[in-house]
Amino acid sequence: MTRKKNAPLRSMRDLMRASPFLLPSVVGLAVFSLMPIVLSLLISLTDWNGLDKLAVSGFFADHFIGLQNYKEILSGGEFWRVLGNTGYFIVLYLPLLLICSLGIAWLLSKSYRGVGVFRVLYYIPVLTSWIAGALIFRWVLSSKFGIVNNILEIFGIQGPAWLQSEQWAMPSIVLASVWKDMGFYGLILLSGLQGIDKNYYEAASIDGAGAWKRFWRITLPLLTPSLFFVLVVSLINAFQLFPQVMIMTDGGPNGATQVMVERIYKYGFRYYEMGYAAAFSWLLFIIIFAFTRLQLSAQKRWVHYGS
Amino acid sequence: MIAALIALIAMVPFFWMLSTSFKSRSALMSMPIEWIPSEPTLDAYKKVFTQFPFGRAMFNSVFIAVSYTLITLVSSSMAAFAFAKIRFPFANGLFKLYLASMMIPTQVTLIPLFVIMSRLGLINTYGSVILPSLFRAFAVFLLVQTIRSIPDDFLEAARIDGAGLFRTYWQVVLPLCAPTLATLCITTFMDSWNDFLWPLVMLSDRSLMTLPLALNTLNGQYATEYNVLMAGSLLSMLPIILVYVFAQKYFKSGLMAGGVKG
Repeated sequence: MTRKKNAPLRSMRDLMRASPFLLPSVVGLAVFSLMPIVLSLLISLTDWNGLDKLAVSGFFADHFIGLQNYKEILSGGEFWRVLGNTGYFIVLYLPLLLICSLGIAWLLSKSYRGVGVFRVLYYIPVLTSWIAGALIFRWVLSSKFGIVNNILEIFGIQGPAWLQSEQWAMPSIVLASVWKDMGFYGLILLSGLQGIDKNYYEAASIDGAGAWKRFWRITLPLLTPSLFFVLVVSLINAFQLFPQVMIMTDGGPNGATQVMVERIYKYGFRYYEMGYAAAFSWLLFIIIFAFTRLQLSAQKRWVHYGS
Repeated sequence: MIAALIALIAMVPFFWMLSTSFKSRSALMSMPIEWIPSEPTLDAYKKVFTQFPFGRAMFNSVFIAVSYTLITLVSSSMAAFAFAKIRFPFANGLFKLYLASMMIPTQVTLIPLFVIMSRLGLINTYGSVILPSLFRAFAVFLLVQTIRSIPDDFLEAARIDGAGLFRTYWQVVLPLCAPTLATLCITTFMDSWNDFLWPLVMLSDRSLMTLPLALNTLNGQYATEYNVLMAGSLLSMLPIILVYVFAQKYFKSGLMAGGVKG
């Protein structure tokens, strides 16, 4: 056929047809994604301070230091301590988030009067910007005038100075984060719940399965695809926690809530160690990438996709 | 019952915000604390508006979020149309590049993007926070899924009627994507509205501040005057909550697009 003979011509023409549609997005991809990614790799190999002009010629001769930044970060104690803090956040945050969002999904899946109102109420924290949310929590957790400690006092409990205590600062941030995020993941799990075929439950009831058994044997297994999605997304986001830390504790007290992105921001835009910050951000990427790969390869062992 | 209890607990911080925003400065520190202000006043709100260009920040936030969302929807739906319905060379490779770019966290590109923006002379302009909307891999990805499900016959019929590709895109494809576009509209608007790190880096000019930045500055100025901070927080939340309440229908349908069976 003629198709083969004209193939180069035809593909040129196809490209011409598609390009007006692709142009805005591809320009965006090149300028705001690919170019920064390449530049970021290059900057991470320099000791650039953000002030000298980033010129094409001569820049690398003056500033190239190879893998020095990475070596420095990995051999210093700070990176591991900050990674530990981030890990501590995740260990507290993920289980609590899962339980709360499962609870919300379950409560919203029932039909009763006012369920629509609750759906909005649970979602309001998600709509709130982190700055507002963190300011609110700083005030709510204020040691003397905050509402939490005053409620605790009614029960005769003397609450700690949440955000000023090395011991309680991170759990406070976890609390605020779960409060803010549970509505979002709750709605995702809710759509998973509503996708489960009601016939399964009927069949199980006829077989005499109790509520617990139905939950463990039907709901949970059939919900695993949604749970998997929630786990992957929430873990990626958890590694990148930042604004809540910035407003609630600014990394304090005594560095107890310093986390990865907080360090990247401060090295880059407070101390102007751009090269160091860029290297830090690539290490964060490697960690996130590794964990996501791990989750993806482990999913076969526990996620049930419909038969 | 339990639902109400949990909602109550989740709402306590908002109750405290609302209550505090109507307190005078001295009432903040009264002991025992006043659950409901004994002498409610609008002082805090007055301060937010008079001591601070809060109205301006509100305008900036609306302007930026609306432009950002519009550009995202147009640019992403056009690209998605090309990926889904036009055969062109390297389509697969390009699409994989889109997917791969989603895995790079924003922090990695933060510094070089700052450099690029300063080279383009865009720092401290609306452009610096609006232009990145041209490329939004997630939106393209979602729309490609939707557009692929439109039968080719529809497009063929349009072609036979003499419609060019642009007419087809505009009059056939876009209307059929309406639910997905509506969902994207809300999530994109929300992301832009609440974004903090990127505007923080790009906009230092007070007259360009978005609401989260204004709150951050307010926090710097009135770090202990919580009545002012809470009034500002409340004001910054109202518009997005209104948007959500009105658009909730679309939002839900978008989230559930994958999961619902009869």
